[in-house]
Amino acid sequence: MKRSRFPLIVTAAVLLFFYLPIFILIVNSFNASRFSSSWQGFSFKWYAQLLHEPEIWLAARNTLVIAVLVTIVSLVLGTTSALALHRFAGSRLQRAHFTLIYTPLVVPEILMGISLLMAFVAAGVRLGLATIFLAHVTFCISYVALVVLGRLQDFDFSVIEAAQDLGAGWWTTARKILLPMLAPGLAAGGLLAFTLSLDDFVITFFVAGPGSTTLPIRVYSMIKHGATPLINALSTILLVLTFTIVIISQRLNRTKFLEGGTG
Amino acid sequence: MAPPTTPSSPNAGRRRSRLQEWLLSGPSLSWLAAFFLVPTLLVFVLAFRPADPFGGIGKGWTFSTLKALGHSYYLTIAARTLWISFLTTAFCILLAVPTGYAVARASEKRRRLLLMLIIVPFWTSFLIRVFAWRALLHPEGLIQKALLAVGLAGPQTMLLYNTGAVILVMVYTFLPFSILPIYAAAEKFDFRLVEAARDLGAGPFQAFRKVFLPGIRSGLLTAVLVVFIPALGSYVVPDLVGGPRSEMIGNKIAQRVFVDRNLPHASALSVVLILAVLAPLTAVLLLRKKEKPEVLVSEDA
Repeated sequence: MKRSRFPLIVTAAVLLFFYLPIFILIVNSFNASRFSSSWQGFSFKWYAQLLHEPEIWLAARNTLVIAVLVTIVSLVLGTTSALALHRFAGSRLQRAHFTLIYTPLVVPEILMGISLLMAFVAAGVRLGLATIFLAHVTFCISYVALVVLGRLQDFDFSVIEAAQDLGAGWWTTARKILLPMLAPGLAAGGLLAFTLSLDDFVITFFVAGPGSTTLPIRVYSMIKHGATPLINALSTILLVLTFTIVIISQRLNRTKFLEGGTG
Repeated sequence: MAPPTTPSSPNAGRRRSRLQEWLLSGPSLSWLAAFFLVPTLLVFVLAFRPADPFGGIGKGWTFSTLKALGHSYYLTIAARTLWISFLTTAFCILLAVPTGYAVARASEKRRRLLLMLIIVPFWTSFLIRVFAWRALLHPEGLIQKALLAVGLAGPQTMLLYNTGAVILVMVYTFLPFSILPIYAAAEKFDFRLVEAARDLGAGPFQAFRKVFLPGIRSGLLTAVLVVFIPALGSYVVPDLVGGPRSEMIGNKIAQRVFVDRNLPHASALSVVLILAVLAPLTAVLLLRKKEKPEVLVSEDA
């Protein structure tokens, strides 16, 4: 029986729709012209101009520091959360726990931003990099927990029981068996948290104070004030960075860690 | 689950496992209680407090903020938010169903590539993707020039700053989220059922509508949720490519916070948004009550 070609045509159109705007943006970052509709020769001048924008570099530094700290803290909280959800699945506490982990994922970002802003104002906390950090950890925990939980559900737990039967203590089991088996999940969850923190604009915008600019906030104000060619160049750098992260994370997802031999 | 290692008595073992459970759940539970649960409840409380002239929260209680929301101005914005979100969801589903179907039926190698191509936009900066369209739709942008060249647009045509641009860009940003759950459901679907229906005389469209669509129902419901809910809370897209006549609730919340510095008013608007989000969420949860709750999670893994 002949299959309709219609779904394939739609898929091709969808992919074109996804990538054409990004492709044009990248091409234009090398365009000597200020305007995207006329090509006036290949040029690195917008990249060179980026070097003379200290505010962008300060924002980039803030973003990176926050993203690294957020990744570490949300990895710890997300992993303990996933372990609890898996190990004690079905208990009343874990049902509440799962709801609390799951709900932040379905709540629109703006609601999380405004509620955190209200909480910080009500508690008299000064808005700044610290409040951005607290907000980012809050939405990253759920993603890390679910990625690690997905990994745990594929586990063969008899390996752990075998280790314990053979006399391994709690710490040895965690370090020699659980951690290596979890490593790809942890790496995938960590990369996800890192990218989410790096990219977040809406929540950050609500809880940022004066002087605590991150890269997305900087990009937003550049868009508002129309610095088009510079944003093209900056965006291209960020796109290359995210593409690299995606490729790494896809590799990690495919690695079968135990088969690789963990010594 | 794994039994406790060396229980001295069943009771002591149970107590220790209970302690372990609290120790493991404690960190994430307390963090989310402090920074998610309490702040969300606070929004409800603040909606009933007056604003003070310095941009903070005044003393006492008032109903006036919530009453002000009954004004036709806000009703228009609420209706527009629902309408834009509905259209965005409809377009996303229309494109996501054939795409999810095509990916599920592709060969192993091609499927991997297609999935990768669909996942990449997930990871790329949301702001950059919105900006890319803003540049394209700009009066000096490529689309305007192209339309001008073929005579479909005049020099006065404005592609940016209207509701059409908002819906286009919202579809662009949400489409990957709707393809994945539909693909996940289509992948589990037994395509022999469609062939059976065709053998029994169903036309291709009839087989698609009567066999395939009901078969991926749970994926469809998830796809609707993951587009409609964030669409209701949209703020950046209408802010950057929309005009004054395409403002949504999210824009009003942001204006109350950043322009007027009236936090109680922003809270009241947020309460409306929370209720708007809860309605479709409960509807879908009721519709799929008999199905496994895990299905909802699959798009994040």
